[in-house]
Amino acid sequence: MNAVEVAGLTKVFNAGRADEVTALSDVDLTVGDGEFVSLIGPSGCGKSTLLRLIGDLLSPTRGTVTVAGQPAAKARMKQGYGIAFQQSGLFEWRTVLRNVELPLELRGMSRADRRARAEEMLALVGLSEFAGHYPAQLSGGMQQRVAISRALAVSPPLLLMDEPFGALDEMTRERLQSELLQICAKTRTSTVFVTHSISEAVFLSDRVVVMSPRPGRITATVDVDLPSRDDAVRQSEKYFAAVTEVRQALRGGTQARAATP
Amino acid sequence: MRWVRSVGPPILLGILVIVAWELTVKLGRIAPFIVPAPSAIWREFVEQRGNVWQAALASGVNALIGLIGGTVVGVLAAMTASRFRPLSEVSVPFAAVLNALPIIALAPILNNMFESTSSVPRWIVTGIIVFFPIFVNTLRGLREVDPTHRELMQSYAASGWTFARKVRLPGALPFVFTGLRQASSLAVIAAVVAEYFGGLQNGLGSRITSAASFTAYPRAWAFVVGACLLGLAFYLSTLLLERLAMPWKSRLIT
Repeated sequence: MNAVEVAGLTKVFNAGRADEVTALSDVDLTVGDGEFVSLIGPSGCGKSTLLRLIGDLLSPTRGTVTVAGQPAAKARMKQGYGIAFQQSGLFEWRTVLRNVELPLELRGMSRADRRARAEEMLALVGLSEFAGHYPAQLSGGMQQRVAISRALAVSPPLLLMDEPFGALDEMTRERLQSELLQICAKTRTSTVFVTHSISEAVFLSDRVVVMSPRPGRITATVDVDLPSRDDAVRQSEKYFAAVTEVRQALRGGTQARAATP
Repeated sequence: MRWVRSVGPPILLGILVIVAWELTVKLGRIAPFIVPAPSAIWREFVEQRGNVWQAALASGVNALIGLIGGTVVGVLAAMTASRFRPLSEVSVPFAAVLNALPIIALAPILNNMFESTSSVPRWIVTGIIVFFPIFVNTLRGLREVDPTHRELMQSYAASGWTFARKVRLPGALPFVFTGLRQASSLAVIAAVVAEYFGGLQNGLGSRITSAASFTAYPRAWAFVVGACLLGLAFYLSTLLLERLAMPWKSRLIT
């Protein structure tokens, strides 16, 4: 069963008003089970809107979103996905451990169980010793790791990420990318990842979906087939080829489509 | 060393002011009904310390009851107003009008509504004065929710009540305490001043008026010092409470 199926999806904001905006126009997208798909494109191309439609944080104007075989709204009600944003969105009044516990708490899990689970998740991102700290005491990269472990706490089959590393420095960013891949491989989680970094998209993804604005639509899809996902691969021939292909797709838009019929 | 540097200057300044005051009164031969010397006030304060303590206790209890009552009503009202958007838009100007009313002026009227030995009018005056800063600050805090938190709770399919309890309320706590810091000093002022308008003669306010009417100015001032200390005690207790309630704010905001 596919993790996400999007069919004929259109989203119009402020429909019927002077400031009407078509954020997404007739988008089809399928994310296979265990697949890592990145959405890339310039600002205003609707990639974050698409992510929010998949998460049922927005409702579509037309079209359907299916998450793990169910309508998106139903999937959300069952906490069928975990989500992380550019801002870590940690609750400053909760300790790191209690932040990770929150989604489990809302699921009605017992105190002992959710504590054990949250500790396990923190161990996964290497932050066990910071369980008792408050978010303000952590660096930006550490906060983002807590946010990721929180998103994964309920063992969701699907992970939605909206530029989670966008506010981090390059070195932290690369380290977290590697960590994220390891975690996703270990937990067999399907991922939809929004970014505007080409290198990030290529390094992380099985497939890079290129989008363009006005109206937001998918203009190209680039399959990335890297032999491995470690730092060495960042220097490989295949990696650069994929980066170039994504860059051309982003730049050309219509040209790229014409060149590869 | 850092402690000395931060506490030293204000203490030094205080001592200088008191010495200058003492010298001005003594050398300038200023009449005690204009302003008595600090030494005279201090003598009275030590002599009357039992009375000052009793009076401060009576006024302090009134202030505390008014403060707690006004805070509870203020927070509840803010929660209700934030729940219904049109209500919150109407309620802020309404609360501002309430605040612009010289509430103290109601004290004599309230005094006549209850028996002369009742402390209820003082609680009401204090409560009304406390209400405004608590209400306005709490409402602002409840309305300011991080959009990421909102989306996150939505992704958890959290109900409105869960959202209020887990996100809105703790998020508004710093705002509540900002209001409480203003309100704690106001509560003492209100409780003391409300006593000027009759009723029970057991608090600092009534002691000040009676001492002044007996031309015992140093004694009146001794009770003023008591009122000052009471206000300070309220303020510092609020700061302490704030620290205990929000351990994630490692430092006090001043």
